[in-house]
Amino acid sequence: MNMFVFILRRLFQTIPVMIGVTLAVFLMMHLIPGDAAKIMAGENANPDQIEQMRENLGLNDPLHIQYLRFVTNAVQGDLGNSIRTSRPVTEEIFSSRFAITVQLALIGTAAAVLLGLVAGIISATRKYSAADVGIMLVALLGLSLPNFWLGIMLIYLFSVNLGWLPVAGWGTWEHMILPAITLGTGGAAIIARMTRSSMLEVLNQDFIRTAYAKGVSDKVVIYKHALRNALIPVVTVVGLQFGGLLGGAVITETVFAINGLGRLIIDSIRAHDFPMVQGTILVCAVLFVLVNFLVDITYRLINKRIDLN
Amino acid sequence: MAKTVKILEVKGLRTSFFTDEGEVKAVDGVDFSLERGKTIGIVGESGSGKSITSLSILRLIEESTGRIVGGEIMFKGENLLQKSKKQMMAIRGNNISMIFQEPMTSLNPTLTCGEQIAESIRIHQKANRKEAWVKAVDMLRHVGIPSPEKRAKQYPFELSGGMRQRVMIAIALACNPELLIADEPTTALDVTIQAQILELIKKLQEEMGTSLMIITHDLGVVAEMCDKVAVMYCGKVVEYADVKTIFTNPKHPYTVGLLNSVPKHDQDYEGDLAVIPGAVPSPFNLPQGCRFAPRCPHARGICREELPELLDSADGDQVRCWIYSEKWEKQEEEVR
Amino acid sequence: MSMTTTTKTLLEVKNLKQYFPIKGGLFGRTVNHVKAVDDISFHVQEGETVSIVGESGCGKSTTGRAILRLDNPYAGEVIFDGENLLGLSKAEMRKKRQDLQIIFQDPYASLNPRQTVSQIIEEALQIQNIVPPKERRKKIADLLQTVGIGTHQMDRHPHEFSGGQRQRIGIARALSVNPKLIICDEAVSALDVSIQAQVLNLLKDLQRKFQLTYLFISHDLGVVRHISDRIIVMYLGKIVEIADKKSLFENPQHPYTIALLSAIPSTNLEKKRERIILKGDVPSPIDPPQGCRFHTRCPFAFDRCRAEQPGLYKVDGEGHQSACHLVENGQIDFSKVPSNH
Repeated sequence: MNMFVFILRRLFQTIPVMIGVTLAVFLMMHLIPGDAAKIMAGENANPDQIEQMRENLGLNDPLHIQYLRFVTNAVQGDLGNSIRTSRPVTEEIFSSRFAITVQLALIGTAAAVLLGLVAGIISATRKYSAADVGIMLVALLGLSLPNFWLGIMLIYLFSVNLGWLPVAGWGTWEHMILPAITLGTGGAAIIARMTRSSMLEVLNQDFIRTAYAKGVSDKVVIYKHALRNALIPVVTVVGLQFGGLLGGAVITETVFAINGLGRLIIDSIRAHDFPMVQGTILVCAVLFVLVNFLVDITYRLINKRIDLN
Repeated sequence: MAKTVKILEVKGLRTSFFTDEGEVKAVDGVDFSLERGKTIGIVGESGSGKSITSLSILRLIEESTGRIVGGEIMFKGENLLQKSKKQMMAIRGNNISMIFQEPMTSLNPTLTCGEQIAESIRIHQKANRKEAWVKAVDMLRHVGIPSPEKRAKQYPFELSGGMRQRVMIAIALACNPELLIADEPTTALDVTIQAQILELIKKLQEEMGTSLMIITHDLGVVAEMCDKVAVMYCGKVVEYADVKTIFTNPKHPYTVGLLNSVPKHDQDYEGDLAVIPGAVPSPFNLPQGCRFAPRCPHARGICREELPELLDSADGDQVRCWIYSEKWEKQEEEVR
Repeated sequence: MSMTTTTKTLLEVKNLKQYFPIKGGLFGRTVNHVKAVDDISFHVQEGETVSIVGESGCGKSTTGRAILRLDNPYAGEVIFDGENLLGLSKAEMRKKRQDLQIIFQDPYASLNPRQTVSQIIEEALQIQNIVPPKERRKKIADLLQTVGIGTHQMDRHPHEFSGGQRQRIGIARALSVNPKLIICDEAVSALDVSIQAQVLNLLKDLQRKFQLTYLFISHDLGVVRHISDRIIVMYLGKIVEIADKKSLFENPQHPYTIALLSAIPSTNLEKKRERIILKGDVPSPIDPPQGCRFHTRCPFAFDRCRAEQPGLYKVDGEGHQSACHLVENGQIDFSKVPSNH
């Protein structure tokens, strides 16, 4: 199967996922307690105004019609207007917040990958050494520490006590360091453990022995022969991590007072801003699906053997 | 007649693995030698230590589990066990090469065949990328792979088992080594492909003058390929002899038993196969005395008490069995 | 052991086909088939050992699995003891497996590591329910003794046994339900020669004792010559030759069989034979060659072989059959046929 057919097929496979995502987001609006029209019309609205709002929102139409309208509008980039600001939801999302969250997630992923890979390789090549045991202990710690707690501790240490880095906000590279570490730690721990076990498995394989028998040095065996093969399962984890980081961003952005999508969701939920919540979640979900799609293609590019299946 | 030169001489080689249950003496005092341009076969069943012997020669035993604990490996008069790590790297793939049993798993799945051959050339011959590639394609042609330019760019999974083993051979012979160690080179292959590969190894050995060491459990392959044979049992060589002697006049009871228990495709049978009773002893619980004694039809008292030495016979062959010592006649015959 | 004509046919395979679909394209449709077994017919007499030999991918193991319906065949008939197995319901087939047992190459994979040996065999007895529970322990002990495993070992787990012993346990389990036919799929291939000989002798011994019929699937012609009465040679999903042991080894009538026999390294140093080395690899079973499937590698191939698929021609009156156009009019001396390699 060639790459083109694969990409097409993979794209087709995202269709049911997308339908599921939009359906879930759409139904959410109808399942959560409270009357959306009532809330949107404002606290002091009279029944007529509420009925008018319901009519405006199309809430009196059958559910499937509503859903179709929602999807049709969404595809055209119309996710409704925010209740709080009355500006279009898409505008609110894509003006700056989207970029900030994607930036944060990317930096977090980069931190996770860098730390995770280096730690994993050191661990695998020095199996059972003090370094290995230490790294795996730290990794276990990193997995079990809650994000918000780690973030607060980092702020306390580096910003409040040492005064090296800003407490909150977004803008310069100094602002990015603590959130990236907060966000990346969990991923780094998972990637480190994954890299270690994957490397150990690969280092035990016959072709590693072949490489040594050719007179290849340890370094080349590890970085050229082993790592390339060990990375195959790690790539999938990195992709999943990136998706997870979007979720983690909600907490991290709140802790560091960053005006990204995560904070937008929280603020919108507090303000009962339904269209905003709905739109933001939809954008995040689509981003997640897109990232997974890209990961699958990358996976295939590295692992040529998939062709066989 | 020109004096024959020993390219490889293994003396008292001992390799052990250290497990939670204790030390496993996988290779326990192995001696044999190989003359330049000749072929030796190391034969034995699983657990005999034949593969570990071959890995020990290139010092490829994984350090975390095992170690060469004694002996000498003389390659062209120099002891490989005294070489530095760097010196060993310069020898591997250059002076001594190795091919392995599983062509499926012995090639790196993420590198093209050409890259894997070229790597070896670049390490040992200081060739640049382009020169090495040209030579790699040449090697593929040399080992009988059709349209080598195309194949060089392919990944191992795109090739059949037989083709992959040809690529392995191309990697091993790329730097024209003096000694080639082939560990079960055809065991994973079908017979018609095995015949192709054996023929190829023979042809290349003749052209390049390579000395060859074949590790196998297949006595047919030994008969086909080898000049000398070392039969191993439980980490020791029990018989070392000319190929003709092994097949026509084997001395050690284990060799005899092994030959008789192979069902042959070119011989008719009546009744049952001759068998060696029992099974190979556990490496943690080796018998005192001769290790084959519990399964040997001729064993007498001394066999169970004392381990026999490798005895030289008049024709240069060696056998590790009390039957061929002076002490034997003094032993009481046992009714079995 | 020569078969008298009075014995009955226990197993008859008619026009068996096993095609495995290949999914592909945009919507994962079936784009092609792997024709693993492509229209083969043969029979096995009661009490006989018939071997299927061939190289990897020839379809020999697939045939064994298809007979037992471990993979349901694509087409054809499998008549066992007068009954078409392919017409049975799942439940009926499960009951029928009492009569047809299989022994695999890797006994370890087919033994539950958490069960003891006696539990493993008891389970088989339970499923078929032929021995009353009270007598089972005794029956298990007897079975183990029959295959050469001491009763003191019955409460051990599979990992405590060597490869040869595990294969004996597998045999004991197969025997426990008193089967009529045992399919041995590369049953001794993973064993060391000294152990292989013991297990082969055991199989022969059991056959005499229990009037068993074996369908023996193997790539090792030495083993096959030792154990078989009749032999089927397969190549790329087709039967190329069927003959009794003596005719096949002494007077092979298909170029593939001849090449196969000549390719095996012999321990007989005196008897140096002319070796036929086949060129290239076995073609893909997805898109097998037109005409005779062997023509791409055959040293004797001529125009007709490329165009017309040969049937199984009768070579003599004794049931020796070969799928080669050269023997259409009876047996020939292949050493006199000019080779075009």
